[in-house]
Amino acid sequence: MSNILDSKIPEGPIDQKWTKYKSSVALVNPANKRSIEIIVVGTGLAGASAAATLAEMGYKVKAFCFQDSPRRAHSIAAQGGINAAKNYQNDGDSVYRLFYDTIKGGDYRAREGNVHRLAEVSSSIIDQCVAQGVPFAREYGGMLSNRSFGGTQVQRTFYAAGQTGQQLLLGAYSALQRQVGMGNVTLHARHEMMDVVTIDGKARGIIARDLVSGKLERHFGHAVVLATGGYGNVFFLSTNAMGSNVTAAWKAHKKGAFFGNPCFTQIHPTCIPVSGDHQSKLTLMSESLRNDGRIWVPARKEDAEAVRAGQLKPNDIAEENRDYYLERRYPAFGNLVPRDVASRAAKERCDAGFGVNKTGQAVYLDYAAAIERYGKIEATKKNLINPDKATLIVLGKAVVKEKYGNLFDMYEQITGVNPYNEPMQIYPAVHYTMGGLWVDYNLMTTVPGLYAIGEANFSDHGANRLGASALMQGLADGYFVLPYTIGAYLSTDIRTKAIPTDHEAFVEAENKVKAVIDHLINVKGTKSVDYFHKILGKIIWNECGMSRNAEALKKAITDVQALRAEFWSSVRVPGTADEFNTELEKAGRVADFLELGELMCKDALERNESCGGHFREEYQTEEGEALRDDENFSFVSAWELTGDNQWNLHKEELKYENIKIAARSYK
Amino acid sequence: MKITLKVWRQKNNAAKGQFETYKLDHVSEDMSFLEMFDVLNEQLINEGKEPVVFDHDCREGICGMCSMYINGRPHGPKNAVTTCQLHMRSFKDGDIIVVEPWRAAAFPVLKDLSVDRSSFDRIMSAGGFVSVNTGNAQDANNLPIGKEIADEAFSSAACIGCGACVAACKNASAMLFVSAKVSQLALLPQGQPEARKRVLAMVNQMDAEGFGACTNTGACSAECPKEISLSNIARMNREYLSAGIIAE
Repeated sequence: MSNILDSKIPEGPIDQKWTKYKSSVALVNPANKRSIEIIVVGTGLAGASAAATLAEMGYKVKAFCFQDSPRRAHSIAAQGGINAAKNYQNDGDSVYRLFYDTIKGGDYRAREGNVHRLAEVSSSIIDQCVAQGVPFAREYGGMLSNRSFGGTQVQRTFYAAGQTGQQLLLGAYSALQRQVGMGNVTLHARHEMMDVVTIDGKARGIIARDLVSGKLERHFGHAVVLATGGYGNVFFLSTNAMGSNVTAAWKAHKKGAFFGNPCFTQIHPTCIPVSGDHQSKLTLMSESLRNDGRIWVPARKEDAEAVRAGQLKPNDIAEENRDYYLERRYPAFGNLVPRDVASRAAKERCDAGFGVNKTGQAVYLDYAAAIERYGKIEATKKNLINPDKATLIVLGKAVVKEKYGNLFDMYEQITGVNPYNEPMQIYPAVHYTMGGLWVDYNLMTTVPGLYAIGEANFSDHGANRLGASALMQGLADGYFVLPYTIGAYLSTDIRTKAIPTDHEAFVEAENKVKAVIDHLINVKGTKSVDYFHKILGKIIWNECGMSRNAEALKKAITDVQALRAEFWSSVRVPGTADEFNTELEKAGRVADFLELGELMCKDALERNESCGGHFREEYQTEEGEALRDDENFSFVSAWELTGDNQWNLHKEELKYENIKIAARSYK
Repeated sequence: MKITLKVWRQKNNAAKGQFETYKLDHVSEDMSFLEMFDVLNEQLINEGKEPVVFDHDCREGICGMCSMYINGRPHGPKNAVTTCQLHMRSFKDGDIIVVEPWRAAAFPVLKDLSVDRSSFDRIMSAGGFVSVNTGNAQDANNLPIGKEIADEAFSSAACIGCGACVAACKNASAMLFVSAKVSQLALLPQGQPEARKRVLAMVNQMDAEGFGACTNTGACSAECPKEISLSNIARMNREYLSAGIIAE
């Protein structure tokens, strides 16, 4: 195992590590904070909450986002909810249970110390958001409402209809804008980070491009925080926003930050299936729909074929001819198995020929049973004796509308099918990346002074993230973890004066950025950026997606290398560098995806086991479940870039002192 | 489907703009409106021309970035959808579609269909928040809030800040946007301590940004992709009036 990587997990019992750390970490006094500048790149849940909190503490903060406003960051699209170990439902939840569920859900590939801390601060997040005026769903008595999510047997998910991410982000955004108004944060919207500037081995600033004028800018910071999200868009088709990218994280990687577990990507089981070649992105249907919906495919192949040919409707298939495969295979968790398990099970049925939709790449998510069940409850409440089925359905539909109305409307808008009357069709799609920049307990990368928070780091979700845990982690990092841990570094840096941006390191970094931009503009080839992005996405989806094998991964690596060479010799980027040029923005991002894609395949090839979202066909049980190899692979892969597309693998051993490692069963 | 587009092209804020006409011969009705623009841009790039700049990001109707004024209506002909959620099945083969940017003095055009909406951020900075620093919160359930109030606050908070209300208004008024945030926080107990200060500060900033006055035509709410109710404006007017009387 590596002796370069030091995770800096504090000593002591697991439930006292963070408390002890907080009371012993070095502090920066208020007068010194005023002269310390921090750059925060990205304004989603992690970035906005960090920027606002650091500014409240007295630091001078500069915040950057590529969108036209911080409120647009893709956290806004999270639907289902946010976990917290409040135990408001009195159903046996606790910090330990949330910790345990998260480690198990991540298939024992996450760090105990980080995850326990996450579970500990989860309650404070809900308190903070409510204090900001985030309108969470409530019960009639005025108390907060909860629902359940995959991979858990308690109700610990807080939500705001199907727009939880939006409401949480608007809360963090309002806190950020408050600090902007008070002059504590300078906001740079429509700016993209192009490189990290390092001086004497420490992160000291960034080069940013003003996306409207095209001008390159130099910004100094005593520390740089990357909150730039995940890299799911390497697949071209994903549930990420169109602009989501790996560029900031990748530039950091090139400046010495190790990349952790790049092959750990999450394929979400409930997305609207692909409809054609014109498709630009995939739309998620919240996992919360699995609370009440039942997932099935036809049990008989001839029925599946008739459905695909348009000769049979799902409602015409009798109950006994339906295969509720999740309930069949995993009776204990049923439709609420974790995402990786649900996705693979859908793929298994479709590959076996039972898929629906024209393409055969879809399964049903059915609300008929839930509508009837809710109808009965409502009828009882209203003292209706022996109501007929039509009445029950009307009553039940009203309840479903209240709970999931916006999701059902969105489904109908996109597909043209009314999901109240006919089962929805769903299929897995790329949604989240557990991998990211390697960070220690302080959330610092291997470059001193360079931090990564939220989805941009690798730290808390192991090989698979549980639903409603991304929002939790983003806000935990931004509100409650980084503001403490960054003090440990900055307290040693109070004597450093702001470094003028005419320092040679800034000049050199800017010149390099300019050279790359000029190169992209001057190729003047024949193929658009999207052409390359689509091919890259197909390679990664087919060979490094829901299931992987050594032979395909080796081929994918050479395919990506060839595509990258073709990109640099024949891409066409119209326009110039000194104007608002959206093709140039895309070109820079795809250039980085073309390098990351290779590393993802390399990492997947290196990990000779199946765990969480990483399923290697060679390593499975007789029943087709993932087969982990704890003896040889209980480590975090941290990749160091050593030259042009040359990497060194460092391994951080994972030690489980509080949780007994076991086969992960949801049966 | 065959579609003819008349699209506003403008090099930058200082340049004069004009409409350009483009023809698309293979539009699928399953495409979203923005996917049709992807096809147009691919075609323009292949012809060696500059693609159309337009704002977009999440493409699932929640980020509020997309902003096209389609055949004289913000976000196009369908109610309660954003441009990214508008599908070509809402149009007919042979249609001519006119696409412009949001038009408002407080939303200057940056390029083609992209405008600068940072005025909204500045209004938020003036008062669209509860002044609570991280770490100051009490237990969330110590503050019971009735379901009806919570739901009403949520309806106001559902605003995505796209600016369609401003684009729809003949006066380019931002009253619906501002009132939605004022209402959300005025309805909730957390927002009470600063309610008066907030409404005055936000309205002042709105005026300073150059948005027009409200004449109650209701186009904003009718065109709002999130169906933010006109009653928010009524509530803000009440809040503003009483704040003006009580303060000083």
